[in-house]
Amino acid sequence: MVGYNGKKMKGAQILIEGLKKEGVEVIFGYPGGAILPLCDYLYDSGIKFILVRHEQGAAHAADGYARASGKVGVCLATSGPGSTNLVTGIATAYMDSIPIVAITGQVATHLIGNDAFQEVDTTGITRPITKHNYLVRDVRELPKIVKEAFYIARTGRPGPVLIDFPVDVQRQEGDFDYPDEIEIRGYKPTYKGHPLQIEKAVNLINNSKKPLILAGGGVITSGASEELKEFIEKTSIPVAFTLMGLGSIDVEHPLSLGMVGMHGTRYANYAVMESDLIISVGCRFDDRVTGKLESFAPSAKIIHIDIDPSAISKNVKVDVPIVGDAKLVLAEMNKKVGRLDIKSWIEKLDEWKKKYPLKYEKDGLKPQYIVEKISEITKGEAIICTEVGQNQMWTAQFYKFKKPRTLITSGGLGTMGFGFPAAIGAQIACPDKIVIDIAGDGSIQMNIQELATAVSNKLPIKIIILNNNYLGMVRQWQFLFYNKRYAFTSLERAQPDFVKIAEAYGAKGYKVSTVEEFDKIIKEVIEEKEKPVILDCRINPEENVFPMVPAGASLDKMIEGLA
Amino acid sequence: MENKNFKQHLISVTVENKFGVLARIAGLFSARGYNIDSLSVAETEDPTVSRMTIVVRGDDRILEQIYKQLNKLIDVIKVQDLTGEEFVERELVLVKVNAPNPSARQEIMQLVNIFRAKIVDIGKKTLTIELVGGSAKVRAMLELLKPFGIKEMSRTGKIAISREFGKR
Repeated sequence: MVGYNGKKMKGAQILIEGLKKEGVEVIFGYPGGAILPLCDYLYDSGIKFILVRHEQGAAHAADGYARASGKVGVCLATSGPGSTNLVTGIATAYMDSIPIVAITGQVATHLIGNDAFQEVDTTGITRPITKHNYLVRDVRELPKIVKEAFYIARTGRPGPVLIDFPVDVQRQEGDFDYPDEIEIRGYKPTYKGHPLQIEKAVNLINNSKKPLILAGGGVITSGASEELKEFIEKTSIPVAFTLMGLGSIDVEHPLSLGMVGMHGTRYANYAVMESDLIISVGCRFDDRVTGKLESFAPSAKIIHIDIDPSAISKNVKVDVPIVGDAKLVLAEMNKKVGRLDIKSWIEKLDEWKKKYPLKYEKDGLKPQYIVEKISEITKGEAIICTEVGQNQMWTAQFYKFKKPRTLITSGGLGTMGFGFPAAIGAQIACPDKIVIDIAGDGSIQMNIQELATAVSNKLPIKIIILNNNYLGMVRQWQFLFYNKRYAFTSLERAQPDFVKIAEAYGAKGYKVSTVEEFDKIIKEVIEEKEKPVILDCRINPEENVFPMVPAGASLDKMIEGLA
Repeated sequence: MENKNFKQHLISVTVENKFGVLARIAGLFSARGYNIDSLSVAETEDPTVSRMTIVVRGDDRILEQIYKQLNKLIDVIKVQDLTGEEFVERELVLVKVNAPNPSARQEIMQLVNIFRAKIVDIGKKTLTIELVGGSAKVRAMLELLKPFGIKEMSRTGKIAISREFGKR
């Protein structure tokens, strides 16, 4: 095909036509000099543009959009500071394997390397935090680059891809010659598990007495929830989730042990330590999951299903690796497995579940209560975004996740300020769903400017601030490991009035400090349909997240509530 | 301190001959804390492909990760650990040694002949030698030149290619 309708097009138009071919409906972004030609054509392109108030918000929103919808999220920024502001968001998506395409303006090609105004080496800066990136040096490369970018972002182990787009190339004329198929000789992800490896795994499974599944984010990425459910129900093998795996199946399933790891349940961690066979599905054995590596699952053989060969035997030595897509591999295994005779193991786990439930003392307005109540009202079906810290862990512990893509949280990078802009992306992807950001008073202030984005787009996001006047998780570590020396963690001296902030932006705001006040307003907050609403919950500042495995300790060395 | 399980490996990597690929490879090694002993790169018979020969040290686990991480890069086409296979390796060394008097020159020229090296520059006080060979030969020659005083040296790093008749 030569041109488009026989006409030559500008680089900016070619990129936009490519985005349309890839099914892009919305872009989160912020304009600037070096991306103006593209913005100008986007203005009446039919693609929705969500103007954020800080580029970091754009990257997180694209990420939240991708996590909620399973589609590729797209963000846009100008050169220099625009692109550096995207960096945290891109790194967040990279660590959690989220498909986004970031488009950045760049100074004109003849100025590159001259320290021009708003010039920065964007591809250099983002190289270690993208799955791949491109600098478009010639308009003729553009159609192929766009096609490849989306293909790489969404296939294999997904991840962010960046296209750095110099302003002169945006204006260059070229043909829109969009390839239908793409062939990248250095990139051939393996989807189907090797039959021999699957057979070996099935043998191990059939001979195990204390098997345990670890379900990670890969289950959600590959859409393997049905297959996983079938697998555990067929075999009766219990399942524990990593933070990223929460929601892959109902956390209240009788065979579920809840979350594993640093703030996991006692019974999940004990199960890991006692198990004789760990079947990891799409989990990369992060240190927050394994605790002390040398003593992780000391009696267990390990089967590791992962689409990324480099995740296998990186941290934990694996006995049977299966490189492939979780959904396909589990479907294959489901044909070969049957019910295991592991009644005594299940009974032991049930006993532990009864003996060591997640608990908290019910005096005053407790964060755990708030999360439980939200879980109850939304029936575990809302899209829950979190910030990072105590708010994230209480959410993971006490919200009863039922379905995939309902927990949106920065698991790998642990980015404070992620939750709210991610909620914007999620609400745009799922306009009919209830989207809630469970936040801390520290995190919410890291991207609070996005209230303007939410208000202007009439997004009824519910921001529940678990406000303890502290950077709570850091304070918790100081309490436990730094002699209660609370260096730089108190926010009390200049804590803003969040109700007034909400109102100043045209959102709604409420403040509660007792259970009664909370109970009275929470339904109204959750049912809000017109605009964002902040619910500032004044919780007990001393409250900590328990149980806890101290960093570097074995999973069975858990400490309990001390307060 | 270096682990005693560390072994030297010779890795041959074919990559897209594109802008920025060397930076990707170098960045991967530095970001993950792997050491490169030497790296050489140039175009192959196919101008769209470059071959890198990388000499690295590590234990089996590190080597496995290096192999996998390299493969993960989109621009990497093929990674081959030549260690443990039959391969041909060569390095080019230019070395400037002290040769202040006729007897030193005489001795050096004899060495050059034995090692089938070449004298490529002669000055008043120095000789510059071009030496091509595998690691053992290069090491031996440099050892013998050391007593004369090596003024300057420039090495290409190893390049390698596998032999037709495969594994050892």
